[in-house]
Amino acid sequence: MANERVVGIDLGTTNSLVAFMQGDKPVVIPGEDGLNLVPSVVALGPARESARPATLVGNGARNTLIQAPERAIYSVKRLMGRGVEDVTEELKFFPFRLVDNIQPGEVLRIRLADIEFTPPEISAHILRQLKRNAERYFGAPVTQAVITVPAYFNDAQRQATKDAGRMAGLEVLRLVNEPTAAALAYGLDRQKEGLIAVYDFGGGTFDISILKLHEGIFEVIATNGDTHLGGDDIDNLLIAIALDDIAGDTGTDLRRNPEAIQAIRKAMIDAKITLSSQPLARIDVELPLGKRYQREISREQFEQLIQSIVARTIGPCRDALRDAQLTPDRVDEVVLVGGSTRIPLVQRQVSEVFELPRRGKQPRTELNPDEVVALGAAVQAHILSGGSKATEDMLLLDVTPLSLGIEALGGVVAKIIQRNSTIPASAAESFTTGVDGQTNVAIHVVQGEREMAKDCRSLARFDLKGIPPMTAGMPRIEVKFLIDANGILNVSAVELRSGKQAEVSVKPAYGLTDEQVESMILESFDHAEADIHLRQLVEARNEADTILNAVEKAPSHPAWQLLQPDERAEIGSLSAELAVLRQGDDLQALRAGTEALDKATHRFAELMMDAAVASAIKGQTMQSADDKLGQGPAAPHPIAQAEFH
Amino acid sequence: MQTVEGISAPAKCWSCGQEVAGGQPFCASCGKVQPPQQADYFAMFGLASKLNLDLQALEKQFYRYSRKLHPDVHARASQLEQNWSLAQASLLNDAYRTLKNPVERTKYLLRLEGVELEDPRGPGNLNPSKVPPDLLEEVFELNMQLEELRQNQKMGEDDPQLRRDLETARTQFVAQLSSVDEQMRSLWSGWDAAWDQRDEAGKAAAKEAMTALLQRRSYLQNLVRDVNETLGGS
Repeated sequence: MANERVVGIDLGTTNSLVAFMQGDKPVVIPGEDGLNLVPSVVALGPARESARPATLVGNGARNTLIQAPERAIYSVKRLMGRGVEDVTEELKFFPFRLVDNIQPGEVLRIRLADIEFTPPEISAHILRQLKRNAERYFGAPVTQAVITVPAYFNDAQRQATKDAGRMAGLEVLRLVNEPTAAALAYGLDRQKEGLIAVYDFGGGTFDISILKLHEGIFEVIATNGDTHLGGDDIDNLLIAIALDDIAGDTGTDLRRNPEAIQAIRKAMIDAKITLSSQPLARIDVELPLGKRYQREISREQFEQLIQSIVARTIGPCRDALRDAQLTPDRVDEVVLVGGSTRIPLVQRQVSEVFELPRRGKQPRTELNPDEVVALGAAVQAHILSGGSKATEDMLLLDVTPLSLGIEALGGVVAKIIQRNSTIPASAAESFTTGVDGQTNVAIHVVQGEREMAKDCRSLARFDLKGIPPMTAGMPRIEVKFLIDANGILNVSAVELRSGKQAEVSVKPAYGLTDEQVESMILESFDHAEADIHLRQLVEARNEADTILNAVEKAPSHPAWQLLQPDERAEIGSLSAELAVLRQGDDLQALRAGTEALDKATHRFAELMMDAAVASAIKGQTMQSADDKLGQGPAAPHPIAQAEFH
Repeated sequence: MQTVEGISAPAKCWSCGQEVAGGQPFCASCGKVQPPQQADYFAMFGLASKLNLDLQALEKQFYRYSRKLHPDVHARASQLEQNWSLAQASLLNDAYRTLKNPVERTKYLLRLEGVELEDPRGPGNLNPSKVPPDLLEEVFELNMQLEELRQNQKMGEDDPQLRRDLETARTQFVAQLSSVDEQMRSLWSGWDAAWDQRDEAGKAAAKEAMTALLQRRSYLQNLVRDVNETLGGS
């Protein structure tokens, strides 16, 4: 156990990743499909007689999302640590199926098919997938991790993330703020000095952090953000427009058709991605009843549409600068993190806020914005496990994003720890009794910047019990509030006159009790075995589908005619066999069938390559040759890299 | 906050047995984090309870101590050491945050010296009886104008002259604030000199003057805030 590796995990809204420090460099650990990004999608497998259905995570779950949306969920991070009253906006846009009658202050429960899950349980499934990916990679168990969270996450959201880790069988050594992790990844290469801003615009959250770098110390000076602002919002806007268009054109309202919405969502995301590199994107979606939705969107139109969403990141940037007591031109470098920073408009906007063009500077984008947070988490994991020459002298000093307060007389908030205080941070407050012989005092702790407690986030209600009976106003109960290095609040209390440790019973709002978390760990254990089998089966089916699709299109390719009749016959019979195996659940046979067909099509793939080269020589452009290639089995070889859509 | 007068007595390091100066969070010999004691913020940094501070030196020392005390550094230590590190690191952060801010530093010192400062969160600040006498007339006038502007805003009217008057008043109060800060710095020097000479009468005088000045400062700050809120809300 001594040398067990600690991994770094980016548990993202859209994608999740696991990374570790290999020598002096952090690297991402790919999944079984060879891809670094694990989509944060969780789906239930087919119903089974004896037990609960198994769960699928990542690419394997994406098909379910399109084919049986009621069995799948994405963007669950938006629900972490939140109450039903917080998510009314989300419910308008996301197909979250909440259980009825959830009371304000309760942990949310989501229904997949007819089974209920809390958001941390869903996240735990994603974490367990990442854990497995790492274990397969190392060939050894992984039980400790650093997990990143948006800097602007409040206490309940952080606690929920930590709970998810525990349910997944991971000891969470530290929660690290995502922008800070990104700064670590960037800071590893060179010993930087000065002020940097990290602009992190991801799938569901936006953070801005301003850091001072000095001799390996990464001191966060100010952070700000919006935990409900991300690429998701752009997608939802485009989907809403498409649905309106369709209703106008065809008179069909698809708002209650989850399958159609998921198909449109995928097309819109593709268009959004295309527009980051191309001036124009074509949208073409098959709709129910044989209809199609087709249109073109230019980058200019797109930018006009999303302008107001992107503009919502400006306010937090200015607030962070003000809190840091800095003018924009004092910031030496701006680092871009998160997939949404690939959008040219976003890059222009950031440059403007920090006055980069005027100073002849550009935002920093060298590290892949999808991976940089996980890489930074791996660096922090390495530091926590003792570090090495590469991380020597590196130390992270982070802050709490929100002020901590207690509800005072009249519902006013008395702030006891200001936002942007370096953590760990603490505050002590004295309380007393109002009635003779009173043995309990209730304290309401909130987080936020507003004046009234009702406008802030309720964190917990504490009941101080066991106060020795005394005259009113006599007891002096000192309560110590401590925000630890994870940004999570801890409370202890002592009655000073008697020296007695007062008993603090915490009723966290929107949180799970220890016992609940414990029971959720056991439940997932029960299904672990079945989960692995099903996951492998689904992945094998996806691979079979890829090659079967390719073979189906093969006869239309000229190279097909170059094959010997017996070769064509063999491919035909092997693909027929595989199609049958695809329906069953014999994993070994399915894998063998896929491999056999793969082998049989090898020569065909080579012929296709030759044909492509030949046509290029005949004077066709390489571009059109490529187009033709794309029509046959995926070049250079049908099975080369399964792509899942 | 309970504090110990002056610098607390030296203790022995739990790990190597060497002496650890009072209030020091880690052992100078072996570097191990020490159990938290009741030390004041000045003592934590090994500083005398004086108000003129070299902020750059303070920052340097904060970084140096952070490297010794931060929980990340003790992630693999025993649970007990981890707990101490958490307590000491939070104390260090609280101390640094307080000392680097001139107003917070002054307030902290006054509290250490037993002055009961008014709770700045309390509602009593705009209580007429607390108005610094020389400001009485101006404040009365200002409150009238603020009320008038609020009425105007409710009715959807705008009185540019009134706005200009309020903006002028704000400029005046802001100027007074910076003059308060100026005066505060000279009081610091008075305190520091009295501290060096163990001049109890001088200390008492400086304490009294600083307390009054802090009250004036907080009053002015609230006035500026009120004007900002009212002007900004239209």
